[in-house]
Amino acid sequence: MSGQEMKTRVEEDVLCSFCGCLCDDLVVEIEGNKVKNVRHACRLGASKLMGHERIRTPMIRKNGKLEEVSYQEAYDRAAQILVNAKRPLLYGWASTVCEAQKKGILLTEMVGGILDSTATVCHGPSILGIEERGLSGATLGQIKNRADLIVFWGCNPAEAHPKHGLRYSTNVCGFFTPEGRKGRKVLVVDVRQTRTAKNADKFIMIATGSDFEVLSALRMFVAGKGEFVPEKVGGVPKEELFEAADMMKAAKFGAFFFGLGITHSRGRSKNVGNALALIAELNAHTKFVVMPMRGHYNVAGIGQVAAWETGFPMSIDFSRGTAYFNPGETAACDVLSREDTDAVMVVASDPASNFPRGIVENLAKVPVIQIDPYENPTTLLAEVVIPSAIAGVECEGTAYRMDGLALRMKKLVNSPHPSDEGVLNGIIESVKKLRGTEAEAKAPNEASA
Amino acid sequence: MIIRGGIVYDPANGIFGEEIDLCIDRGRIVEDAKGEEIDAHDLLVMAGGVDAHSHIAGAKVNAGRIMRPDDARLGMEQATAVCRPSTGYTVPNCYAIGYRYAHLGYTTAFEAATPILESRHTHEELEEIPIIDKGALTLFGSNWEVMQCVRENDLKKLAAYVAWGLRASKGYGVKIVNPGGGEAWGFGANVKGIYDPVPNFDVTPAEIMKSLAQVNESLRLPHSIHVHFNNLGKPGNYTTAIESLDLFKDIKPSRMRQVVHVAHMQFSAYGGTSWKDFKSEAPAIADYFNKNHFCTMDIGQILFGSATTMTADAPLEYGNAHLLHTKWSNHDIELEESSGVVPLVYLRKNPVNAIQWAIGMELALLTKDPWNVILTTDHPNGSPFVNYPEVVSLLMSKVKRQEELSNIHELASKRTTLTGIEREMDWCDIAIMTRAAPAKILGLEDKGHLGVGADADVAVYDLRPEEVDPSTQHDLVKKALAVAKYTIKGGVLASRDGEIMAAPVGRTFWVDASVAKEDEERMMEDLKEKFDRYYSIKLSNYMVQDAYVPNPVVIKAGALPVEEVAP
Ligand code: SF4
Ligand SMILES: [Zn+2]
Repeated sequence: MSGQEMKTRVEEDVLCSFCGCLCDDLVVEIEGNKVKNVRHACRLGASKLMGHERIRTPMIRKNGKLEEVSYQEAYDRAAQILVNAKRPLLYGWASTVCEAQKKGILLTEMVGGILDSTATVCHGPSILGIEERGLSGATLGQIKNRADLIVFWGCNPAEAHPKHGLRYSTNVCGFFTPEGRKGRKVLVVDVRQTRTAKNADKFIMIATGSDFEVLSALRMFVAGKGEFVPEKVGGVPKEELFEAADMMKAAKFGAFFFGLGITHSRGRSKNVGNALALIAELNAHTKFVVMPMRGHYNVAGIGQVAAWETGFPMSIDFSRGTAYFNPGETAACDVLSREDTDAVMVVASDPASNFPRGIVENLAKVPVIQIDPYENPTTLLAEVVIPSAIAGVECEGTAYRMDGLALRMKKLVNSPHPSDEGVLNGIIESVKKLRGTEAEAKAPNEASA
Repeated sequence: MIIRGGIVYDPANGIFGEEIDLCIDRGRIVEDAKGEEIDAHDLLVMAGGVDAHSHIAGAKVNAGRIMRPDDARLGMEQATAVCRPSTGYTVPNCYAIGYRYAHLGYTTAFEAATPILESRHTHEELEEIPIIDKGALTLFGSNWEVMQCVRENDLKKLAAYVAWGLRASKGYGVKIVNPGGGEAWGFGANVKGIYDPVPNFDVTPAEIMKSLAQVNESLRLPHSIHVHFNNLGKPGNYTTAIESLDLFKDIKPSRMRQVVHVAHMQFSAYGGTSWKDFKSEAPAIADYFNKNHFCTMDIGQILFGSATTMTADAPLEYGNAHLLHTKWSNHDIELEESSGVVPLVYLRKNPVNAIQWAIGMELALLTKDPWNVILTTDHPNGSPFVNYPEVVSLLMSKVKRQEELSNIHELASKRTTLTGIEREMDWCDIAIMTRAAPAKILGLEDKGHLGVGADADVAVYDLRPEEVDPSTQHDLVKKALAVAKYTIKGGVLASRDGEIMAAPVGRTFWVDASVAKEDEERMMEDLKEKFDRYYSIKLSNYMVQDAYVPNPVVIKAGALPVEEVAP
């Protein structure tokens, strides 16, 4: 086909299925059935929507090699693995839509497995912090229209959420913030001078692992008990922290964003709890809200879906026939490190790259089923590989932005592959079929017994 | 299907405890039917219960779940051949909500507050709730476009916006919570009374409420405005309640119903000047409702034990958290609302809680006409809905009330009139308060009664109304109502003796109101500007897509002739 014969379309207000900013202002040019150009996206988003090398067909590992099979064969094999496992782990879910997540929960219930999301290795501690303290939040538009102080703590949106500042926080103009960046103060707290820190009005470099102490010091200042704060906290002179606390109290509307710098340094969920307490206490003086900087575009979605379907946001064990949640016991890394799972299904994520090494070694010991549009290091461990359509490009569905706002992802082009939801439905049907034949096989025995 | 021999209470059709066979065909009550027979001889039979104000779906409910794993663990039940696993007590998961309403003999429940912007989420959850029919009331009370129209005194444009907002949210009615307060909370403030201007917007809560009430009637919406008053939860707030009610006195209803429904009146019937001299003003409120018939209320009863408070009244929740030193979640919604969630426990020995408990009782018992006062616990603010049978058994038994009064803080007897109230409700009162009146107040014509053509939503209770004396045998009443013998939803046997037999998919009601084109165009110009400059998403991504409401019942309203379309 020549370029002239191809019809070109332009889709507007397209959502980006990369990061938790879930930008909905992309303009996508489509030629024939291919995304040709993406405008208004950052480079991360553009490269996600443009796509790259895909898994072409379902595969099953035979004699150590992945061999092409039909979808039905792959579904049946996946079902067999899950049904035969005593405690399968169904993991991932952050980079797919809620419709697939719902099917994933249903499948986990059916096979009595454990469902966990990638939150367990990123903002899991934030969720534990929220369980302890609650969270004073807002939609991003509220921050855009009102915030005159933005705090970034242990996060680096300039690299990880490139449009955050332009759309929602530091640089955007809103109703009560017509001057944008000029009318706002930006405070960055981190262990190194990131690109985000370079744009700050005030940057506080703290010692690695001192988040809890520094947050405590700020709480003391906010509570008017500065006299108890030592001369230096986390390597930062007392006066500097006093100034930061003052800056926060003086804001008309402050917004505190935090990232893995808090959740993955010493203290983890306690750091988050302390940050949430600081924000709650600031509300005695002014208006302050707080938000975790969620990474994957729909990692917030799996937390929401799991909460309304099961009552718990992550790390849910269905082996007792009901939903049971006990992080430390039922999180993906817990069961893998104890070698307490005998099959793993990975959906839209890459634990082989993201889990600690010892845990990846354990993952390699059990049969792994992978559902993903793309090959990644987890593919190398997988026994069954099932390619799927890219949500938000090749199929529709719901995603939750980092502030909990639900939006509908669009379908831009056709896919030769079924959606994640379709794949999961296929496996669910295979599980039913297997269970049906098992029940039939059992029935005569039971009669004679 | 035929339900044989039950003692039927169907007050909407003038039936007060008569033995009647109910015939059901294709989901409706009919004259004559064949097929399966259900033996209800001598048992209490009523229409399926209707909950007109309950927080069952959406961002704040889920925030409650996420911050309360302790609560989820309270209600763990295993999956069955029909059921998904259940969890939770005050904030159950979606499945538990459907199953537990069915166990109570309830077949319809309306989510009381959804911001337009977050309605997609609300519908995602509503869709997962099995068995019951549902709908959601849309929040308009702190909305920038509403306040702009009110300030410009352009009621036609406001009507166009309300119609559009209902369509955008696939919502059922106009909910107003602490009008103007949600906007003030954007900078951590609140409005103090109905004539206290909303900061930066130059309108008062009174103007917001009155304009929305007028527009509600010009659009001929099935439900009236549904209001959570300013100053809710504060000592002395009954004056705010009465002042607010007076605003609606002269507004003519466009349908056979009230012009204002007051949400959880208990929280707005307080006297005193502080928590120290806190007392009931329920008699004054009941007196108002006895003299005026343009208004209805739900009681918002509290019960002792665990609750999760959640409301679009965000400053109230901040106050609760501050007072009780408990965990607190807040969520502000750009250009529209704010909200908060705080778990708490109501204690028998706490004087304020004891008085609150008695106030709810007083409101229900002192308001003479049960059509004007319906039963709620403002689930899960006052108590989870599973405790409705406790409330009913209290309303039917003075003995039980006196027992409870002797167990709780003595100020409940001193600062309320409950001790002296002799009234004991009968089954007719209860059928009105729990089904007939909520359906009428919501404008659901086929619900809350058992006439020919009504939805075949029926509850059969294991209680012989001709033998049981609710006054002395209140324990039997509570037990029977907690677990319906049979709950039939849309002609399907959904629950039997506490076991879910089938989990049919429920429908979602929403209202599509028409307005004049030129008004809509004028309104859209405002909106375009708001989306270009202030919202954080595009207008084209805002409205709830049809995919989120796969089983809709669209009620038509507006200037055009009213017709009902059930696809
Ligand atoms: S900031 Fe995030 S959501 Fe926005 S375009 Fe970039 S990657 Fe996509
Ligand atoms: Zn309510």
